[in-house]
Amino acid sequence: MSKELIRLSNCTMAFDGEVVLNNIELSINDKEFLTLLGPSGCGKTTTLRIIGGFQKPTVGDVFFDGVRINDVPPHKRSVNTVFQKYALFTHLDVFENIAFGLQMLKPAISKEEISSRVMEMLEIVSLKGFERREVSSLSGGQQQRVAIARALVLRPKVLLLDEPLGALDLRLRKDMQNELKRIQQTMDITFIYVTHDQEEALAMSDTVVVMDGGVIQQIGTPEDIYNEPKNAFVADFIGESNIVDGIMKRDGVVEIFGRSFKCLDGGFAPDEPVDVVIRPEDVDIVEVGEGMLTGTVTNITFKGMQYDIIVDFRGFKWLIQTTDLSPVGARIGIKIDPDGIHIMKKSHYSGMFGDYSSYSAEYDDIGDASIEAEEEPEDDL
Amino acid sequence: MRRRYLAYPYVLWMAAFVVAPIAIVVVYAFTAKGGGATFGNFAEIVRSAPMLRTFARSFWLSLLATVVCLLIGYPMAYVLANERRGAQRVLLMLIMLPMWMNFLLRTYAWITILEKNGLLNRLLGLLGVGPLQMINTQGAVVLGMVYNFLPFMILPIYSVIVKIDRSLLEAAEDLGASPLAVFRRVIFPLSLPGVVSGITMVFVPGVSTFAISKLLGGSNSGMLGDLIEMQFQGTSYNPYLGSAVALVMMVIVMVFMYFMNRVGDGGQEAMIL
Amino acid sequence: MRDSAKRSPASRVYAALVILFLYAPIFILIFFSFNSSKSNVVFSGFSLRWYRELFGSRSVLRSLYTTLEVSVISAAVATVVGTISAVGLFNMRRRVRTPLMFVNNIPLINADIITGAAMCLLFVSLGSVLKFQRGFGTLLIAHITFNVPYVILSVTPKLRQLDENLVDAALDLGCTWLRAFRKVIIPEIMPGIINGAMIAFTMSIDDFVISYFAAGSGAQTLSMTIYSMAKRSVPPTINAISTLLFGAVLLLLVVINVREFRQGEREKKLKKSK
Repeated sequence: MSKELIRLSNCTMAFDGEVVLNNIELSINDKEFLTLLGPSGCGKTTTLRIIGGFQKPTVGDVFFDGVRINDVPPHKRSVNTVFQKYALFTHLDVFENIAFGLQMLKPAISKEEISSRVMEMLEIVSLKGFERREVSSLSGGQQQRVAIARALVLRPKVLLLDEPLGALDLRLRKDMQNELKRIQQTMDITFIYVTHDQEEALAMSDTVVVMDGGVIQQIGTPEDIYNEPKNAFVADFIGESNIVDGIMKRDGVVEIFGRSFKCLDGGFAPDEPVDVVIRPEDVDIVEVGEGMLTGTVTNITFKGMQYDIIVDFRGFKWLIQTTDLSPVGARIGIKIDPDGIHIMKKSHYSGMFGDYSSYSAEYDDIGDASIEAEEEPEDDL
Repeated sequence: MRRRYLAYPYVLWMAAFVVAPIAIVVVYAFTAKGGGATFGNFAEIVRSAPMLRTFARSFWLSLLATVVCLLIGYPMAYVLANERRGAQRVLLMLIMLPMWMNFLLRTYAWITILEKNGLLNRLLGLLGVGPLQMINTQGAVVLGMVYNFLPFMILPIYSVIVKIDRSLLEAAEDLGASPLAVFRRVIFPLSLPGVVSGITMVFVPGVSTFAISKLLGGSNSGMLGDLIEMQFQGTSYNPYLGSAVALVMMVIVMVFMYFMNRVGDGGQEAMIL
Repeated sequence: MRDSAKRSPASRVYAALVILFLYAPIFILIFFSFNSSKSNVVFSGFSLRWYRELFGSRSVLRSLYTTLEVSVISAAVATVVGTISAVGLFNMRRRVRTPLMFVNNIPLINADIITGAAMCLLFVSLGSVLKFQRGFGTLLIAHITFNVPYVILSVTPKLRQLDENLVDAALDLGCTWLRAFRKVIIPEIMPGIINGAMIAFTMSIDDFVISYFAAGSGAQTLSMTIYSMAKRSVPPTINAISTLLFGAVLLLLVVINVREFRQGEREKKLKKSK
């Protein structure tokens, strides 16, 4: 699994002068499941389209197996794509959709071979018996499988998937995640997967590439990305995080709110200001006297498995997940083990994330109504 | 909101002015000139060679016009659908603008161009050709129909092509289709509903047209429309025979539309636009 | 679809040729409408002679007035009747609605000449019983009959988009049904109504065939006057009429487009401020 298959070398992409990809360096190994993860507009789909051959980078090179392929059109790459909304041909049935690519092969292959290869694919995606169905009569999950089969039947070395589960409901999505992983292992090829859903990325990938603003923020295994985020953006985008300002006193000791905490990180300059990430589940609640810090509970939400509580520490609010209920207004102490504290270098994302002062901010979509009032009075022609 | 009675007055109106007139046409078609039920009107059509020729001519000329419209209109719709949004808007406006001008005036324009001493013959004369007999020919009738009905072919095809999802074309390309194959295997089949409604929207008014043939065609280019008009308004007043001709035409057109709709199901949706 | 790769110079030339084909005849008419002589081939000097002649002609002015009258009245009636009927039809059971909608569509699908001839027969046979002649009244009835379907077709989709609970909410808040209809349904489906009214009006203005059969010799619309003016040779006043009509349509289009453009700009601004 270590052989490099695809390499993007200092790729930059600009549309009408607007930079959507900024100097991307990315190496993708053979047979790995790699996920491009980020919010919309982060450049993940553009990266995928460059690999697929639908777009050429403004600057930089794309290599496939060591060969530069910038100018190779999509159908000459041994890469196939599963499109966002499937892009199935509605005028063709399931069989004809999957057979489409095979019929385009030059030199042509026999009808029998096409048929047997289509049938084989239908089996792999668990759609046996559906070959004569109209694609419009299929459910979202089934259409998804047809799209995957149609791309895989050409036996590409790499399958590109552009938010393939976005249109499915939650339950189906979970099933399809397992299904995709199974198909990838069955076919034994590289999958490059684009999503904005961090859970999906963590569950399926060998490697996760976190992107924002056209820049790769971090590349790593799901565990690395979660446990060792490189900056405040990654820490916030993947899971819940309390991010606070700290000062690195020396290796293994960080000062937060004027108190020293033990940690496992090192390699910073003495007294370097840093961002400190503390995951909500890594905080233990203890008696006030025994705690490293003392705070007041201001909000409680029951989440089934645990309570999400908001605790005020000198005006800075943390999210803590706990199985013990402490009522609103209670004074509590907290304890954090050294491996629960993660230190990050300061970046331009510092201070933007990781504060739960406005916890209800998850509902921040409501505030748009005020725009209406700005409308100018109608000026008649 | 169950206020069904709101539609009752209009239902009565339709009964009086939509259903009743057509019922009268049907009754007249089976009525002899002197009164009494008869198949004689249809027999007269079948026995009359000029009338049969008019039927054949009407279908033949409007078929020609439909084919020409399709040959000109499909590429135009395709070019239009690929244009930038702003250019698309302007071109669409340009195509629709003449439709809002009275069709008689548009047809008159061609008389002045095709006349014996008309503009086109003058131009040809400069090149040492002609003068050619262009007005009062069946070709002029076809030209008139193409000119009048071309937008009806372009618009439905355009509206279908422009809605084809780009990712479908990319998918086809990704699966190894050459540009020609993308067109043949994806774009064209998907545009068929538009083609079907375009054909219907040119062919049906073409068959029944009467003013165009009267203005541009000669004495031997009379169409079904002229035949019907003559029986109702014109010199040979005979509404019984006229009704029979109208009925036969209506049935043939209905059968045609039925088959067209079967070829490109969903075509009707595009027709209403 | 929109594919920039397919915007070749050849395709541009093709589009230009098609547009030229559509416009050349119209521009020739316009050009020669200012000719001082009768010729449609040789331009012998600028003059407004044909416009003067046009406006001096009583029959032209009379028929223009008839056209406007029948178009305005029939479009107005069709808009009211069509909107109310669309609501009624929409609430009918499918089994009843489907055949009624089919009948509603007959005047649209049927060839004009058949609609016209059929109406002609009806009016002539009714007229012989009730002692009346075809004229403005029958013309108006015919126009209303072919206009209502356009209004229904453009209002019905808006009704389908209407949230069913809207009316219930209005009733719940104490509206009478009629008030709810006026205050809730009508504003919601207004774009469809306006669209329908505009289609109806233009269809009326443009119609020749059905008017020709329905009005007999009792009334004359502009189209009918134009038709009777030149069955063989084209009098230059036709050029003048064409120019004026083309100008009117062009003006209308520009007004509509400027309006839409301004609206679009406003929406863009709004989006940006978000």
